[in-house]
Amino acid sequence: MLTVSLRKLTLAVVSNAVLTLVPVHAEDSEIQFAYADGQFEPKEAAAPADKPFAIRVKNMEAKAMEFESKALKVEKVVAAKSEAVLKVRAMKPGRYEFYDEFNEKARGIVNVQ
Amino acid sequence: MLAALIIVFREVFEAGLIVGIVLAVTSAVPHRLRWIGGGLLAGIAGACIVAAFAGALSQLFEGMGQELFNAAILGTAVVMLTWHNVWMARHGREMANDLRAVGQAVAEGSRPLIALAIVVAVAVLREGSEVALFLYGVAASGDNSGPALLGGGALGLLLGMAVCLATYFGLMRIPPKALFATTTWLITLLAAGMAAQAVAFLARANWLTSLDQVVWDSSSVLSEDSLLGRTLHTLIGYTDQPTAMQLAVYCTVIVLTFILMRLTTPPTPSARVVAAE
Repeated sequence: MLTVSLRKLTLAVVSNAVLTLVPVHAEDSEIQFAYADGQFEPKEAAAPADKPFAIRVKNMEAKAMEFESKALKVEKVVAAKSEAVLKVRAMKPGRYEFYDEFNEKARGIVNVQ
Repeated sequence: MLAALIIVFREVFEAGLIVGIVLAVTSAVPHRLRWIGGGLLAGIAGACIVAAFAGALSQLFEGMGQELFNAAILGTAVVMLTWHNVWMARHGREMANDLRAVGQAVAEGSRPLIALAIVVAVAVLREGSEVALFLYGVAASGDNSGPALLGGGALGLLLGMAVCLATYFGLMRIPPKALFATTTWLITLLAAGMAAQAVAFLARANWLTSLDQVVWDSSSVLSEDSLLGRTLHTLIGYTDQPTAMQLAVYCTVIVLTFILMRLTTPPTPSARVVAAE
């Protein structure tokens, strides 16, 4: 009986500690691009300056593409008919270009402001 | 066709440099081509497997599978390169001091070759999987431009081999006495650069976010995009916007390599006498 309540108590303390220890961090903002017919849609999207954000890329085509931006320091292969998320570190305001490395005609801009 | 050539060349360029260095490092070792060839084939096979499962790989670790996979194989290469340097520090001295040891050391020479074969395999695997994905996409799209694109890809591959041979013959022009010191430095910086790249992948996967502030931005002086920037990126790990963590890891690998080399170098005869007294 005592052990049971002790266990319950420990559980309560531990779960409380976990709840208070895990920082309540705001979700990073996310921008989205779809890739179809060799084009990004939209061609430009805005992201907040000076804090990390995420880019979600949906590849609608039947072949793989590689989302790449030297300026944003990200690159990632996105398999056919799938999506991927890229995490971008905090950037200064500016216009950052990205492209499909397998098809450099497909280009777009992330407007960090 | 030109686009395909450029895409493929860009991917195989780095692998070409690394294989060229490994060829030069092992120039005195018998049967080296067997090991390096094995590493190449393993890398190509691995690249095809990675390409085939690219979608599944991406989904691992909450969508960060690619980043962690890249960090892991770069980490493997760093360990292998460091192991090679440490091994050479011990046996290189033996070869110089004791002629009788030469035969034995050469026979044992196959040992660090495992490490270097893995380095070759990893370099080919990393770059090759993207080439495989690209060429597969070209083949799958089935339009008329396919053959021209594949031709461009083949030319890009040939250019990558040319980079490999140019690196090898360039290094072989160094007099044998200086070659050992040169390649030791090259391999140390190569390893440090790969470790810094691994840090970047871990940061992108959100696994390593401390010290992530950019220390400097030299992209206006030497862009990582330029041919020189790319070459230095591969050879010494140049990056135009390094984070504090990347710099710390870069320096740590260099310092650790030299400490390990010092510790494993057998004492010279005079040092042994001092130690006996």
